[in-house]
Amino acid sequence: MTPFLTVEDLSKRFDGTVAVADVTLSLVRGELLALLGPSGSGKTTMLRLLAGFETPDAGRVLIEGDDVTLVEPVHRRFGMVFQHYALFPHMDVGQNVGFGLESIGVRRAELGDRVARALALVDLAGLERRRVDQLSGGQQQRVALARALAPEPRVLLLDEPLSNLDPTLRERTRREIRDLIRRVGITTVLVTHEQDEAFDLGDRVAVLRSGRLEQIGTPDELYAAPGNRFVAGFVGRSSELPVTVLGPTEWGTRIAVEGVEWEIERPAGHPVMLPGPALLLVRPEALRLGEDPQAIMGTVTARRFTGPSALLTVLAGSGATIQVAAPPAVVRVGERVGVLPSRRAAGGLHLFPSEKA
Amino acid sequence: MTRRGNEAIGVPLLLAFLVWLVLYPLLLVLVEGVRGPGGWTAEHLREFLGRSTEMVALWNSFWISLASVALAALLGIPLAFLLERYDLPGGRVLGGLVALPAVLPPLVGVVAFLFLYGETGFVALLLMRLFRLEEPPWRLQGAGAILLVHAYSMYVYFYLLVRAALVSLDRAQLEAAASLGAGRWRTLRRVVLPHLRPALTGATLLTFMTALGSFSAPYVFGGGFRVMPTQIVATRLNGENQLAMVETASLAAMALLALLLFRSGSTASGGGRKGAGPVRIALRSRVTRIAAGLVSWGLAALLLLPHLTLVLVSFVPVGTWTTEPLPPAYTVRNYFALVEDPVRVRPLLNSTWLATVATLAAVGIALASALLSARRSTPVRRAIDGLLALPWAVPGTVFAIALATAFSVRAPATGRLVLVGTLWILPLAYLVRNLPITSRAITAGVRALDPSLDEAAASLGAGRGRTLWRVTLPLLRPALLAGASLAFVTAFGDFVTSIMLYTYDTRPISLEILSSLRQADVGVAAAYGVVLMLVSAAVFALGSGGQGRGNAG
Repeated sequence: MTPFLTVEDLSKRFDGTVAVADVTLSLVRGELLALLGPSGSGKTTMLRLLAGFETPDAGRVLIEGDDVTLVEPVHRRFGMVFQHYALFPHMDVGQNVGFGLESIGVRRAELGDRVARALALVDLAGLERRRVDQLSGGQQQRVALARALAPEPRVLLLDEPLSNLDPTLRERTRREIRDLIRRVGITTVLVTHEQDEAFDLGDRVAVLRSGRLEQIGTPDELYAAPGNRFVAGFVGRSSELPVTVLGPTEWGTRIAVEGVEWEIERPAGHPVMLPGPALLLVRPEALRLGEDPQAIMGTVTARRFTGPSALLTVLAGSGATIQVAAPPAVVRVGERVGVLPSRRAAGGLHLFPSEKA
Repeated sequence: MTRRGNEAIGVPLLLAFLVWLVLYPLLLVLVEGVRGPGGWTAEHLREFLGRSTEMVALWNSFWISLASVALAALLGIPLAFLLERYDLPGGRVLGGLVALPAVLPPLVGVVAFLFLYGETGFVALLLMRLFRLEEPPWRLQGAGAILLVHAYSMYVYFYLLVRAALVSLDRAQLEAAASLGAGRWRTLRRVVLPHLRPALTGATLLTFMTALGSFSAPYVFGGGFRVMPTQIVATRLNGENQLAMVETASLAAMALLALLLFRSGSTASGGGRKGAGPVRIALRSRVTRIAAGLVSWGLAALLLLPHLTLVLVSFVPVGTWTTEPLPPAYTVRNYFALVEDPVRVRPLLNSTWLATVATLAAVGIALASALLSARRSTPVRRAIDGLLALPWAVPGTVFAIALATAFSVRAPATGRLVLVGTLWILPLAYLVRNLPITSRAITAGVRALDPSLDEAAASLGAGRGRTLWRVTLPLLRPALLAGASLAFVTAFGDFVTSIMLYTYDTRPISLEILSSLRQADVGVAAAYGVVLMLVSAAVFALGSGGQGRGNAG
């Protein structure tokens, strides 16, 4: 498919600090892309560059081949939902939602109808005359969504859409947003620092760090084949263990870790690692408890209940801690256990060159 | 036009305008003071330094201002504590009444004091009758009289600022102190007072500057006791214009010095309150309750006496009240005279249009400067801020002289026009005097706006004009009303700049009050005073009413 929204070599600095550096990515029509990154990673700047609130130092933003890089926000027709919603406090719900419709010249006769439709879309039918400050946080957010969607923008931008809701509301709202965007079929870019949100909402996820695009892909791809240590660590839970690469084997790499030897599968296309120090990232579910000569021995220092399995923290002899997912009932804090790769560990163990700090 | 385009043109224009209006006249005063017909001269400076009367006036200005601060603090701080920390009978009503001196414009307050405590006022006449005295027991004159008026009108600064700070004190801080074993005194010293420090510094500065620039009280009650503002007027009446310039410069210097001194001593308070406000302390014993109630209501009555006096005197027919403790006859004629007699209506209309024009202009300039760059901090922005605030730091007399100097010469090439003697000098003077308060209120309003509202409007396709009209201005309404009401009230009751710059055709209410008094027409003078008082109160209510609605919305 041809790209609908394209970002080419986009860069932005503020007073000498890089906020966004050479980011290139594209979305097909109707796709939902989540920009994921820790605070300061440039994800909000990316969104503001897309909206036109910031002008890039270099690079272009294209929509269906049209260069809109220098188009003012007023004329860009990108809808935006702000982190704190930015609802106009002196207008009621209907006036808020109608504001953008008036901009595009919707006539008064039609206005009420369009507002009602937009509100129905977010399940707030009939609340036109409600004051904004009489709404709950979740309702305010839906009004913000309705307001952004009402003028039928070309692209929808969401800035941390769930960060202002209390945790019990988040899951439900997340589902509602996803369904709504699917139903409307609008091309959407959302910014979040929560991996859960990005994975749940995004068709694809772009991981940003210090303004650079580290990796972009579907949630499955990112989880199973993180391109580097940062992505692996940022996406999902994992433990880091210093290891020594001993050499390649038939289907992977032999390493020495905590005094034992493990064999790690090498993903297709990854280069063979040279012998020497390296870093192993392990997902808790890629490990199991067991008695084996090749098990790392350690003491359980903490046990967290997470539902179907317990999350154990195991302190190994070298002082490294390893998180292991295990059936809830098997061990108690203080017990000695052995840890070894699960038989179905494919994708949960990642070997990276060790970075010199 | 783009936002950047607007700023590129607007900001330099604004800066140039403010330099011309605010800074330039002041600089001219400095220059004129050291220039003679034959070039530069230190003659006037030497004369100033050589005359003992000059030094005495300068010293008087200084110590009167300090003493005013002390008295105002002594009255205002305890009142704030009493009304905010203790649960008094009728405390809410009382809290409002106590702030009422704020609705008396300076000259009106002085006139009320004259009727009340003057040698032919109610109190003196009553005492003469009671004790069969031949002479009034005192003369309301000199430093004592000035300080009395100052304490009365300026304690409000301490009262309001300290009370607001007490309200903002987090209850949990007091509870934390108590749970850490701190007694009442230690809590006061270590928790409450540090919290109040910014309010105390602010009130001190405000009182000192107001007292330093105070003109009405020294003008009416000073007699032979001169402070610098009255000295300047006297010097000008003597025709010694250039000496007046040196005096003006010395007063301005003292004001700026005081400002620098207090500014460096003040620190911003850290953050707003998160938790609940302190609980009022209940007075348990009946005796203390009654005693506290009596004291505070007695005090409130004392504070309200000038207002009541004014109202009472406004019903006195001309020439009927001489030696009786209470006026023997009453009439509403005085009020009719204000609207029927064309000569008497004129000042009311004058003050109304002068204050309206000045207020609109001040609001316009303050709004433009706030919108153009309130959220940035650039050297140009700081210069604009400084110029907007400068008139506050400079006593009214100084500005009157400065404007009279700058705008009495026709020299368009150097930015000087003849405005003195025209209709336009008074609105211009009021405008300059109003810029600080108006721009402070409006800038605060603009800073409090969520910048993403602007962006939301833009992303919804609204251009600059529509965003301003539909989003920014409606949200700024409380700030605009607050700024405008302060400006209007100050201009409407202005005396200090008016007395130097008015013409017969533009004579404002304050000057008509003065001339009515000179003609011994106390009833009409008081009636004007009541009008000023009521309009001030109404406009204040309008301004703060808008604020209240804004917070709710």
